[in-house]
Amino acid sequence: MFSITNIIAMENLPVIKTEKLIKSFPMGKGQFTALKGIDLTFSQGEFAGLIGPSGSGKTTLLNIIGSLDTPTSGDVMVLERHIGHLSAKESAMLRKQSLGFIFQSYNLLAVHTVYENVEFPLLLLKYGALERRRMVMDALEWVGLTDKQKSKPPQLSGGECQRVAIARAMVKRPSVVLADEPTANLDADNSHNILRTMEKLNRELNTTFLFATHDDKVKSYLRRKIYLVDGLVVNDEISAN
Amino acid sequence: MKLAIKLAFRNLMGAGLRTWLNAIVLSFSFVVIIWMKGIMAGWDHQSKNDMARWEIGGGQYWQEKYDPYDPFTWRESHAPIPVRFKDEIRSGDMVPVLVTQGSIYPQGRIQSIKIKGIDPDQKLLLLPTQKLDTTMTDAIPAVIGSITSRDLKMGVGDRATLQWRDANGTFDASDVLITGVFKVSVPSADQGQIYIPLAKLQSMLGLPGEATILTYRDSKQLRPDVTGWINKPVKVLTASIDEMLKMKSTGQSILYFILLLLAMLAIFDTQVLSIFRRQKEIGTYIALGYTRKEVVGLFTVEGTMHSVFAALLGAAYGLPLLLYQAKHGWTLPIDASQFGVAIAQTLYPVYSAGLVVATVMLVMLTTALVSYLPSRRIAKMNPTEALRGRIQ
Repeated sequence: MFSITNIIAMENLPVIKTEKLIKSFPMGKGQFTALKGIDLTFSQGEFAGLIGPSGSGKTTLLNIIGSLDTPTSGDVMVLERHIGHLSAKESAMLRKQSLGFIFQSYNLLAVHTVYENVEFPLLLLKYGALERRRMVMDALEWVGLTDKQKSKPPQLSGGECQRVAIARAMVKRPSVVLADEPTANLDADNSHNILRTMEKLNRELNTTFLFATHDDKVKSYLRRKIYLVDGLVVNDEISAN
Repeated sequence: MKLAIKLAFRNLMGAGLRTWLNAIVLSFSFVVIIWMKGIMAGWDHQSKNDMARWEIGGGQYWQEKYDPYDPFTWRESHAPIPVRFKDEIRSGDMVPVLVTQGSIYPQGRIQSIKIKGIDPDQKLLLLPTQKLDTTMTDAIPAVIGSITSRDLKMGVGDRATLQWRDANGTFDASDVLITGVFKVSVPSADQGQIYIPLAKLQSMLGLPGEATILTYRDSKQLRPDVTGWINKPVKVLTASIDEMLKMKSTGQSILYFILLLLAMLAIFDTQVLSIFRRQKEIGTYIALGYTRKEVVGLFTVEGTMHSVFAALLGAAYGLPLLLYQAKHGWTLPIDASQFGVAIAQTLYPVYSAGLVVATVMLVMLTTALVSYLPSRRIAKMNPTEALRGRIQ
């Protein structure tokens, strides 16, 4: 049996595709347009970033791709699903099965241990206890936190918290990981560690990584850099490495 | 659901003291409601039981004119004991009682009194009628209850003049000697009443073979209709107790309501605060694959779980407390006989499985509702704003 990810990889279909994407928000009596017609396509295994200053629309775009928000007009396809047409249940299912999220402020569940935080997506997917254990331990090994599995987030450093967040995003082997300013709260050493971990996972698991960032450290790792200014793509660079 | 329970449990345990404070408050509601309901059930059980054993047996036939609340009917309310009951009376399964109005003159005072003639050999009722031994005294032997004894200021061995009117309306009087004083929790078997031998009263009134009340033992036996007599089954005779307990229950319900309200306020407050403080967590649940409705469900389960903890906590300290009460009873701090209602000095609560289950269900459902109401707000939240922890 083939998953949608297998089919996309075999047919060389884009994992994410946006067409004439516009997103507006009500502001006072008028409207603020955060995205003004975005056309982008991402393939499986890309390590790409949306780069731009605050207010350029990168987080908005990431949220729509992550089916946490809907477009005002235009089309967004993620893993062959039209985001604008999904019901609440369908978009939850898409996030649950195929998308991983990494946030600037980690968003870990504070009262849960590291192990329980990483286990959470697998509980939602109803994996059996043994399989869950194996997958969580694998994920913790990827990020080098097997010795911290019983700790709770308040006992960890920022870098460790973000590594837990990466493990939580990766544990279910999603097709796409969306990372919103993942290094914004980290020092340089931790930022490089995190980025190296993500780059390694991208290469080993062929997971598509899409960042929203304005951090130069992140830029140096990206193989594709999409520059956004005022809701428009102003440059789309693909590097050779 | 299983996952929601698991997560709710983890979240509540993680919340620490806040969870336990809510659970403690809620557990008071559990214990107090069960205790008070138990007292009511015990009171109901004791009153009816005592009434049956001291006054009404398994039911009564009343002479059709008899009205216990109208003393003017008492002189008229008598009739020959129906022949069909002779065997039942002989076997001790029915006790005839003749009732009339009279006056008693203790220490020169005059007090109105209900005179009841009863067979000294009867065993159906717990009244100490064996003390009505006519051979021991020249006066009329009489037994009275402790309330009457207190009111008349008379005890065993005291004498007083008893006055009555016979069937022809002629006044007559004689001395009575108190041969026994009994203590009973049923005021209607005591207050303002004096018991003398049936045969003596029949002869005093000139009504041989007549009675006002026929008390029978077997409440389950189908009783025949008898001309001139009205059958009063136990249910009818105890209706006043049911009515009184119903009234008391209503009063108690107000107390439960206040108790529950306090506990629910604590839960509601916690829920509102949780939703306010945990916006980021709510956003994270949604990002990880929960629908907003599922998050509402999770928070509702979390709130409701307080009542599960409260039930366990309540069981831990409430069970020994309630069992102790059930065994040793609850003694009223003031003289119960002054209440004027059928209430024992020491009440023994009765806790049934139904009472416990119903209370647990009531508290759980109320908690679920109170937890759900503020959680509905989550359904209106914008997940992207929630993820950033922005107050919505």
